[in-house]
Amino acid sequence: MSKIEMLGATRRDLLKGAAAAGLAGAFPLPALAQGAPLKVGFMLPYTGTYAKLGKFIDEGFRLKVEMLGGKLGGRAIEYVQVDDESEPAKGTDNMNRLVGREKVDFVVGTVHSGVAMAMAKVAKDTGTTLIVPNAGANDVTRAMCAPNIWRTSFTNWQPCFPMGKVMYDAGHRNVMTITWRYAAGQEDVEALKESFVKLGGKVTEELYLPFPQVEFQALITQIAQKKPDAVFAFFAGGGAVKFVKDYAAAGLRASIPLYGPGFLTDGTLPAQGADAEGIKTTLHYADDLDNPANKAYLAAFKKKVGEEGDVYGVQGYDAAALLGIGLDAVKGDIAAREKMYAAMQDAKIDSPRGPISFSKAHNVVQNIYLREVKGGINKYIAVAHANLADPALGCRVAS
Amino acid sequence: MDLATFAVQLLNGVQYGLVLFLVASGLTLVFGILGVINLAHGAFYMLGAYVAYWLTLQTGSFLAALVGGIAIAFVAGLALESLFIKRLYGRDHLSQVLLSYGLILVLDELRHILFGKDVHSVAPPAFLTGSFKLTDVLSYQNYRLAICAFCLAVAAAIFFVIARTRIGMIVRAGAENRDMTRALGIRSDRVNRLVFATGIALAALAGIVVAPISTVYPGMGDQMLILSFVVVVLGGIGSITGAAIGALLIGLTDTFGQVLFPSFASISIYLVMAAILLWRPHGILGARDV
Repeated sequence: MSKIEMLGATRRDLLKGAAAAGLAGAFPLPALAQGAPLKVGFMLPYTGTYAKLGKFIDEGFRLKVEMLGGKLGGRAIEYVQVDDESEPAKGTDNMNRLVGREKVDFVVGTVHSGVAMAMAKVAKDTGTTLIVPNAGANDVTRAMCAPNIWRTSFTNWQPCFPMGKVMYDAGHRNVMTITWRYAAGQEDVEALKESFVKLGGKVTEELYLPFPQVEFQALITQIAQKKPDAVFAFFAGGGAVKFVKDYAAAGLRASIPLYGPGFLTDGTLPAQGADAEGIKTTLHYADDLDNPANKAYLAAFKKKVGEEGDVYGVQGYDAAALLGIGLDAVKGDIAAREKMYAAMQDAKIDSPRGPISFSKAHNVVQNIYLREVKGGINKYIAVAHANLADPALGCRVAS
Repeated sequence: MDLATFAVQLLNGVQYGLVLFLVASGLTLVFGILGVINLAHGAFYMLGAYVAYWLTLQTGSFLAALVGGIAIAFVAGLALESLFIKRLYGRDHLSQVLLSYGLILVLDELRHILFGKDVHSVAPPAFLTGSFKLTDVLSYQNYRLAICAFCLAVAAAIFFVIARTRIGMIVRAGAENRDMTRALGIRSDRVNRLVFATGIALAALAGIVVAPISTVYPGMGDQMLILSFVVVVLGGIGSITGAAIGALLIGLTDTFGQVLFPSFASISIYLVMAAILLWRPHGILGARDV
């Protein structure tokens, strides 16, 4: 087809479209418009290191929609998937593709904090409703917060802040930290220090490795030389497995206890094996939380996906629950955004992780649990901090 | 840092350097002798580790995984050379980069289909599972010491083959002047196939040997590939001795860099590389342009 013909076709389509739009303007057909399916765009990592997390968030979301009868606010849901490859450089383009070309009504994503920041910028500019189902970068619901940006997972600050008290109460006074030198690692260490130092503890040394390096021997030797009371570590995925194993192999597990946010032992226990036993972590979920919502979630997830549900599935599951509450309030009429956001703001969800609600900055307010690795699962021990809200420093919507 | 800690860190640095040498040796062989930039070297390292995981699981024997993994990699190397790589000799580096980058994608997808995307760990052979005390709180795995010994043995074997055997002589001659070697009636294509397959087998071997201390995960080869190139360029392309020196230098720089200058840990090895290339633009023992 030549360029001219293509142009002609486009122009004809344009005219048709304009005519249709004119008609629709003259004779509004609300019933028809509201009957059409809503488009949810998943922008998640479907390949690469975080592929499994992306898959579980996707499945968790669909599972909740199915459990709500396949509809949200009375309207069927259509999905569009974009693989963000955990690549911050492509974040803006991918998000624009969903918003511009695919014309989705909502975007759900993503895992990697750098990509999430790029998505939040586009969402802020275009006004598209964005629900973040994992990425923890504090700024998404702090400096970047907006009426249309929501988060059902956590801020990096949330699981780490309660750890200061846990470690202090365990009698530790001099603590060393070790993590990768990048945003999430540094935000985690800052949150721990905030509570631990206030109580009178001391962080004697902060050790950092370049991301995503996994050669830990030199720094583990340093820990052994300095002999702190305990160590706070944040790593995830393959890095978490290797660190926990190297730490145990160096003989430090017995003499210098290891603590960290839950990601240190979540989704990695089969590979870590006995070397992870006894590690205490804090997170907004535990594998064996004893509440009806969690049991229902775990059973349904297993039936649908064939694998054990985890915290990432829960975050996707709750994203669908939150969107459902907003759409129910406006009976699926997404033009009534103010009313929809007001309903989401007031949402009280009986989540598998316990009761959750939302702060003025639109970040989830939730219990943080202390867990211990026992018999190959992250076993619930106690509530480390009930209904913890992120301080949302620098969010102007919240103040 | 007291003397005991210094000694432990020295050991850490040397051990890391020896592992780097094992990975980089295959790369420098292929790069130096065939003139082929093989970006997929890291992917074969990763596949080696996954095969080690799978074979240990199936047979219960790490030794079987070692032998089986090397054999699989060697055969794969022979096949790849005769199908694809032999078309690359003498062509510009862009086509080589393109092909081997394509190989990375294929191998990664293959890994996904065969082994999934989970993280795994591999148990070392039973007789090496223990550890011994270095200081009052710090232990050192026997397996790490065994890796040191093993890497030294492999290095010695490579040196011996290249310097003392007929095949080594042909390889050196081919690297020096390919056309003249062929004119003298030596079937260099057969030697090339052997060299490439050996390079791939060495990458897989490194992955297998390192698997018990490194854990096995998707993308584990990416960083190793970059470090291997640093080692190869630093040592001088094609020089096995150079690769050994370069690897030890990088291992020690990285270890002591993390301890003494933590803020510069991510760039310390590149600073060393830049400094050495300013001093010797062809690498420490290199003769050709980089």
